[in-house]
Amino acid sequence: MSLVELTQVSKVYRSLTGGDYVAVRDFSLDIRTGEFFCLLGTSGCGKTTVLNMVAGFEAVSSGNLRLGGKPIAGPAADRGVVFQGDDSLYGWLSAQGNVEFGLRMRGIARREREEKARHYLELVGLKGQEHKHPSELSGGMKQRIQIARVLANEPQMLLMDEPFAALDAHTRADMQRELKRICAATGKTVLFITHDIDEAIILADRIGVMHAGPASKLKGIVPVTLSDTERERTHDRFVEVYRQVHEMIRDEVAISLQRAH
Amino acid sequence: MRAAVNGVGGYLVGFASLFLIWHMASTWLLSSVLFPTPWKVFLKAIELAQDGTLWEQASASLGRIASGFAGGSLIGIPVGLAIGSFRPVRRLLEPYTEFLRFIPATALITVAVIWFGIGEGSKIFLIIYTTVFIVIINTAAGVSAVAPNKIRAARSLGAGPGQIFFFVALPATVPYILTGMRLAMANSFVTIVAAELVAANNGLGRMIWDSRMYMLVDQIFVALLVLGLLGFTADRLFRWGIYTFAGRFSPVT
Repeated sequence: MSLVELTQVSKVYRSLTGGDYVAVRDFSLDIRTGEFFCLLGTSGCGKTTVLNMVAGFEAVSSGNLRLGGKPIAGPAADRGVVFQGDDSLYGWLSAQGNVEFGLRMRGIARREREEKARHYLELVGLKGQEHKHPSELSGGMKQRIQIARVLANEPQMLLMDEPFAALDAHTRADMQRELKRICAATGKTVLFITHDIDEAIILADRIGVMHAGPASKLKGIVPVTLSDTERERTHDRFVEVYRQVHEMIRDEVAISLQRAH
Repeated sequence: MRAAVNGVGGYLVGFASLFLIWHMASTWLLSSVLFPTPWKVFLKAIELAQDGTLWEQASASLGRIASGFAGGSLIGIPVGLAIGSFRPVRRLLEPYTEFLRFIPATALITVAVIWFGIGEGSKIFLIIYTTVFIVIINTAAGVSAVAPNKIRAARSLGAGPGQIFFFVALPATVPYILTGMRLAMANSFVTIVAAELVAANNGLGRMIWDSRMYMLVDQIFVALLVLGLLGFTADRLFRWGIYTFAGRFSPVT
């Protein structure tokens, strides 16, 4: 069963200087309930535009975008968003305060939200750091707060826009493992944006590869049926999937580089 | 603790060098009754402190600054928040802020005296005037500088527009408001002296003006010294207040 359906969706940005920019055109995709879907594409291919439309931050220009059969009207608590940078965290609140934020806004009683926040902070590995403010925590820990903040709100689905792109390689590998574990534990539907093939194979149930922008759409979908032990960069089956995805995206990388010059 | 001691130590050395240069300049460079040495000024300050004049004049000026500064901030913060939050309000009020902020408070002294008389009214009006626009502009700039992702995150966490204002935009703007207030505090010192020079019954500005008539140069220097010290202390207290009570808003340095 699909949770999110994008049918022939286009997004056009009107420019004041004339010359409209078409980010995606006739983009169609179904995201199934409970799956981890990675949208993979080169920079400027419109993958963040897709996420912003599903999040409700941006309206579709044409086409249909439905969540659980109903059109998406705007952002709501059923879709939690994890951003790439840490500027979405509230610097004046502690880690605990940040994680409680959504629950507080939705009028959940103090006892319950404190408990929930503690539970999810522990789940993301921030036990003992509850009272620290974001400025006192490392980049990886800040992304953990973002993930806990979204999970504590118990949304239907997680939208993650290259959440680990700004982290160093070790922390990123750590966070990927953690996210995989958390998703297995909570069974959330995830739309995860990345430009990193390895990351997509480590995390995804299915990988959607996008054409180079502008006016981009989906080029194809690669199912990833690897077991946890096979999701190692050196494993034969991992390399096999890598080749398959790389084959698909190679030309797009070349096109996008050409267009950038 | 150690950093605090180092900080104080640095200040002591800095201030000592200031007084040393002053002493050398007044002793050798401009050896004249018109440029008293720090020691002479210090003795005069003790004398004025003992007969009570210094406290009287200083507290008169400080009282005016305090009430005008408080009034200006109380008006400026909500107006700045409204300008930063609502485009129609910005369009409506920007002509006022953009026009009036270029008319310095000192240019309004005569008008203020004509309107409010030579007493407290005109001084407090001028300090409110000199405070309010800086606070408005900084507050409004702070509201529009809130990272869009903070707002987006709040919306997808289930916050409504009112909640976003009170729980996201307002706290995110606090550092800007405090910066505006700190700048306004410095302006208040400039304005109060100018206002008292022109028309006042007391205050440090008036003390400078009266001393001039009797060529009491060391008394002028006492007033200048006290102004510097009061301004410095007020600014430090403000900064200390920010760090103690609003440190978690990661304020300006």
